[in-house]
Formats: sequence, structure tokens, C-alpha cells
Amino acid sequence: MRVPILRLGRVLLTSLPADLTDQQVMDLQIDALALIQSGKADGLVIDITAADVVDSYMARILSETAKMVKIMGGVAVLAGMQPAVALTLVEMGRDMIDMETAFDLEGGVAKVVRLVASRGGRHDEVPTT
Amino acid sequence: MTKSRPPDRPEPAPGATTRALIDIRIQDDILRARQASRTAASAIGFTTVDQTRLATVVSELTRNALVYAGGGVCRVLTRLTVQERSVMIEVEDQGPGIADVTGALTRGFSTGRGLGLGLAAVRKLMDDLVIETCPGRTLVRTGMTRRR
Repeated sequence: MRVPILRLGRVLLTSLPADLTDQQVMDLQIDALALIQSGKADGLVIDITAADVVDSYMARILSETAKMVKIMGGVAVLAGMQPAVALTLVEMGRDMIDMETAFDLEGGVAKVVRLVASRGGRHDEVPTT
Repeated sequence: MTKSRPPDRPEPAPGATTRALIDIRIQDDILRARQASRTAASAIGFTTVDQTRLATVVSELTRNALVYAGGGVCRVLTRLTVQERSVMIEVEDQGPGIADVTGALTRGFSTGRGLGLGLAAVRKLMDDLVIETCPGRTLVRTGMTRRR
């Protein structure tokens, strides 16, 4: 089963379940990039409040997804990481997670909106005056 | 996430051991092995943080078995004594073996890219790590022990 991605305005929202297979993580990346590419959204918030394990594979795919979104012109933010998961990732080595983060979903959405605005958004939104 | 024991189920008596065995054939088995390790560790009183370390380690090792050897088996053994609680994870496969163990451990995942068997991460999260590998058989054994 694919992880659903919702759209709120120009921000995509997705909440990862507690247990996620490698294939589901990869599908999420493909789906998110397709939606960003379609022009319907400028950014993506990935909420991982429920995730009680983030291993090196998932950390790498999430970080790579964020980089891909970024070079496409968008912003991806990881939100809601549990303390035990954060601690484990830090112990595993430096830069396991290399992307923007936020405390929670609300903060993640705010961050996407702020970062997109600071970069000027999509060209078709630039005021023509 | 915190799975506290129900009050009517006391800790197992000292000396008790448990073991779980999970066949690793498909991606879902990684999740099953992860859950089994967490459940086993929780049952003898490991903290949430230690359970997370263990589940992460099991995830790394069982994925290696699945990706590089087409599958394998994961054993979770726990032991409770008067002084300490311990858990041991064994992941065994019949794959081609790890050609460069030292490289996998030192290079490991430190760059965050490339081969990344996650073994360096496993060593950091656990107390000990033993790797026996040759073409046809690889056994990774790693443990965590905490004083009570």
C-alpha cells in the first residue's frame, strides 16, 4: 500500500506509518516528486511522528528526496521526529538526516511556506506589475 | 511508542531466556524482525531508547541479508539475570559473504553514501559486534547488555 500524500494549498502533506517497507519509502519519493513536478505544489512536509525506527536506508531516501525536491525548485521538510529516533540517528553517524526539519506538522508547513517565499516561488507566481 | 508492561505481568524471573526466530525472505520480514526485537527487549525492561537502537540495528542487518544474500534468518535472544538484562541479535545468511569486512566497518556509512552496509552504525549502537563471513555463509552477532 502506498503512503497517501495530501495537498493543502501549495503544500503536500504526508504522514508516515509506524512501519514502512523499503518499497513504500521509494514509492513515496516517486509520488512526491511527480506531484511537485506537476506544478500543484511547491513543497512537501513529511511527518514522521509515528515512525519508531528510521534506519540508514530510510534516512538516505528521505534526505535524497529532499535534495531532489530542492533542485527542482521546491522545499521538503521532515517533521515530528521522536526523541529516541533522533538520538539513534545521531549515534549512527554524522549527517544521517540531511534536510530541513521542524518540530511538528504545523511548523513544517510554516517552514515550507517561508522558504518557498524567500526563494521567490514559482516563476508564474511572480507579480507582473 | 512506549510499550510499558501491564502491571499484572511482572518481569520474568532472573535466569529466564527467550528466543525468537524470524525468517527473512521479503521486505515485510524486516518489519517483523524489528518488531520481534522490540517486543523481546521491552519484555525484559530495556528502555525505549535501547529498544529503538535494537530495532534500528535489526533493520540494518536483516536488510543486508535480504539485499545481498536474498534472505536469511534473524535470531533474537534475551537473557535476564540478577545483575543484568541482555539481548543478542544474530543474523545469518548463505550469501556471497562480505569481501572487505574492515572496509565495511570503517568506511561503513560514514560518508552517508555508497555501499553502506550500516555495519559501522550497528557497532556504534551496540556493545559488541562479531562478523563471521566467507562465501556461502555470513553470521553477524551483536549484543547489548545493561545493568539492572
